[in-house]
Amino acid sequence: MKCKVCGGKAVISLRAYNSALCEKDFISFLENRVFKTIKKYKLINDKDKLLIAVSGGKDSLSLWYILNKLGFNADGMYIDLGIGGYSDLSLEKVKKMSDMLKRPFYTFHLNDAMGKGIEAISKKIKRTTCSACGMIKRYIMNRVCLDKGYNVIVTGHNLDDEASALMGNLLYWKEEYLWKKGMMLNEEEGHLSKKIKPLFLCSEREMAAYAVLCGIDYIYDECPFSIGAKSLFYKELLNRLEDNSPGTKLQFLKGYLKFIRQMNIEKNRREMKYCINCGYPTVSDKCNFCRIMEKYGIERNIIFEEYRPTYEVFE
Amino acid sequence: MKVEFNGKSIEIKKVSTVSKLLEELAINRETHLVIVNNRLVTEDYRFNQDDKAKIIKVVSGG
Ligand SMILES: [Zn+2]
Ligand SMILES: [Zn+2]
Repeated sequence: MKCKVCGGKAVISLRAYNSALCEKDFISFLENRVFKTIKKYKLINDKDKLLIAVSGGKDSLSLWYILNKLGFNADGMYIDLGIGGYSDLSLEKVKKMSDMLKRPFYTFHLNDAMGKGIEAISKKIKRTTCSACGMIKRYIMNRVCLDKGYNVIVTGHNLDDEASALMGNLLYWKEEYLWKKGMMLNEEEGHLSKKIKPLFLCSEREMAAYAVLCGIDYIYDECPFSIGAKSLFYKELLNRLEDNSPGTKLQFLKGYLKFIRQMNIEKNRREMKYCINCGYPTVSDKCNFCRIMEKYGIERNIIFEEYRPTYEVFE
Repeated sequence: MKVEFNGKSIEIKKVSTVSKLLEELAINRETHLVIVNNRLVTEDYRFNQDDKAKIIKVVSGG
């Protein structure tokens, strides 16, 4: 196959775009796609202070790398869920990227803060590991932003993550989540940080190829708790559709973006209240996180450890 | 021929191209990338003698 831009030797075929690209042109294609997404959907303003959730995986590490390359300075946040060797190795990868980019990152150690790792906590609060993990991550990401002066949370969710989550919500008609699976969730001053997903239109395959081509050292094994997860099954189904009709996943999400644009206008916002304990948005007097932790008597001492890259940071 | 598949070395019947390799292993090209001699290659790549092929999956949980 030949590169559609320069005619050189292609390294990747992109059937959704009816194209194939060489190494150099693919790298600029992907970076440009992220840049255009940020601009078109106005994800980042000049005054924004960005904090990216990094897991050590290909998506978040590549995104951290791309953002800094594009001139959007972002610091990192790593949540150590206390999953033994997996968490330690992930942290190593994050440190390596922090050193390379010369950007600091924070670490939240679940074991230190709550006396337990994610497995024990999920058992105690009677949730699946993935659901407990999601709740803790959302809460902690928001909390570190408020504590450390960032107003935007960046996550590495890609096209496949979003398409499979959307499919899950549609299959069970989870209406309450349907409208908020877009590319950006707005902030609520002093309570909730803005959340953005600049990889919304980049597929998992494209992200893996980018990481490989740029020599990004990421954790290849998946989280041991995600094995058998429904989201993985949905991804597989969507990829079978994609194989038959390239471009399906992209159409699915682009159509959704158009749909929620109309829906959001009509959506009448119910009045927001804030947790009396921590200030997180809630519908009752205490937020979901605080209520669950109190109900099951889990102590929480939320502190963030700061890692400075091994080179000095000049700002 | 030998290929590395998800970190393990496996022995399969000799195939001529990357497409054939994926077909042989019943792998969806959307979910895997093929790296030959440390370089990413497209599905039409034709194997040479002594090529070192590696298949990596791109899907992760979450
Ligand atoms: Zn080219
Ligand atoms: Zn609260």
